[in-house]
Amino acid sequence: MRKIWVIARKEWAEVFKNRFVLFTVVFMPLMMTALPLIILYTMGTPGEMAGFSAADMPASFADLCEGLSGETCGQYFIVSQFMLLFMLMPLAIPATFASYSIVGEKTTRTLEPVLATPVTTLELLAGKAVAAALPAIGATWLSFSIFSLGVAILTEGSALLRQVTGPLWLFAIVVVGPLLAVAAVSIAIMVSSRANDPRVAEQISMLVILPLLGLFFAQISGLIFINETMILWMAIGVTVLDVGLLAFATQLFQREAILTRWK
Amino acid sequence: MIVAKGLTKRFGDVLAVEDLDMDVKSGEIFGFLGPNGAGKTTTIRMLSALISPTSGKAKVAGYEVGREDNEIRRNAGILTESPGLYDRLSAEKNLSFFAELHDVEDVAGQVERYLRLLGLWDRRGDVAATFSKGMRQKLAIARAMLHEPKVLFLDEPTAGLDPEMARLVREFIGELKDKGRTIFLCTHNLDEADRLCDRIAVVNTRLLALDTPEALRAKLYDRVVVIHLSAASPEYEKVVREQPFVRSVELKDNKLVVGLDDPERNNPELIRALVDAGADIQFVGELRRSLEEIYLRLVK
Repeated sequence: MRKIWVIARKEWAEVFKNRFVLFTVVFMPLMMTALPLIILYTMGTPGEMAGFSAADMPASFADLCEGLSGETCGQYFIVSQFMLLFMLMPLAIPATFASYSIVGEKTTRTLEPVLATPVTTLELLAGKAVAAALPAIGATWLSFSIFSLGVAILTEGSALLRQVTGPLWLFAIVVVGPLLAVAAVSIAIMVSSRANDPRVAEQISMLVILPLLGLFFAQISGLIFINETMILWMAIGVTVLDVGLLAFATQLFQREAILTRWK
Repeated sequence: MIVAKGLTKRFGDVLAVEDLDMDVKSGEIFGFLGPNGAGKTTTIRMLSALISPTSGKAKVAGYEVGREDNEIRRNAGILTESPGLYDRLSAEKNLSFFAELHDVEDVAGQVERYLRLLGLWDRRGDVAATFSKGMRQKLAIARAMLHEPKVLFLDEPTAGLDPEMARLVREFIGELKDKGRTIFLCTHNLDEADRLCDRIAVVNTRLLALDTPEALRAKLYDRVVVIHLSAASPEYEKVVREQPFVRSVELKDNKLVVGLDDPERNNPELIRALVDAGADIQFVGELRRSLEEIYLRLVK
């Protein structure tokens, strides 16, 4: 456990000096937090949205507005379109981070001295995974907290805040977010065992966001609306996926293959 | 300290190391020479438990390769072909990271000790990217030494260094030997191997020769003395050729180049015969074959 932490600290010390990675970790959450808040601000207060009712909403969404006024339901409808962005963060940030931290070792030939120490492959991978996942999870949780605070200030009331910080989205951010981060790291590790250029690895790893992006557009176009059941199934599905991906990534990441096949 | 028996490594159809037998004694500097692609780096990687042999066995510091790899990693240090430093980290952080991975007890103390020993203490806070090639190599050597390994594998330690820096590194390797470390030295610098190594193995996928540099010279070449004369004459060459212990003779300018079995015993008689024939001898020296000549003869 201690060595995992040693590796993670080294990764942070090194990778955060890379301006591109730092930009991704800081700018992406900033943008994804600001976007829904700006939209909320431009929509105005519930008073300005008078006349809005749950009946104006798509039927599948109206169920999520139980107990809300028509105006608040309208605000929630708009804001919920962007809530999925908070689940994109734990996917996109580790993909960038892990691409640089693992493929970077290839290009700088730093991995051989590390493998010559009494560190196990599992410790090495776990250290890199922790280093990639924790900043993403931290940034996501921090962004969501800032967003919730923004909602509390902008809406001058607690009804929308209760919806945004209710069990649905709390579960999505606190539980599904980290599970997605693990999936992103596993995929980045797999890609790294084949790619030789950090930029190529990053571009391929970024494909991991496509399913969630699909979900985002499906919701925006009104095809589906994220509800508790969907999030629960998503958590189960991603957990199963994580187990498979981690096992496969560890299989691919063989010491000998790294030293003799990485060029 | 290092024993290999029938050590073989195959990558698919390519045979990188074939049936290698050797025994490196404790406290010696063991030179490992061979052309590019001869399997030197592969051998080092097998012996430092980075890759596993296809067949054969090896023990390093008493631990078996493939079965006690973590113990080998604790007892061996490796200077890889490329220094492999974290360019964005300072010299101090580079070393601290490896000291922690090696479970060194006093990380700060040990890092300071080696930074001072290799003359890098004043640059400890500078990132490795700002270091010259020589400084990077020194930092990589310090990294290999942090956990006080019993065996040190050095893969081309002076490659690409300027003569002054190469000399410093060689002196440091000599000091390590004086402290009782076993050093396995891979190098293309044959003069360096000749000066530093107690024994030398020449490989080209398989072992071609293994002995002390002197013994390799004796095995491959006659011992040759060069007699400088004030004036040359075919008569002197004839006198030399008539001596029963002479294996070869050649007259070059004013020099007689004579192959002998045992110069220490034969020289006085040879010189006497030449003086009796009227030769004016200016001086006599032994022609020492360079390790390069021995190496090239072996690998060809």
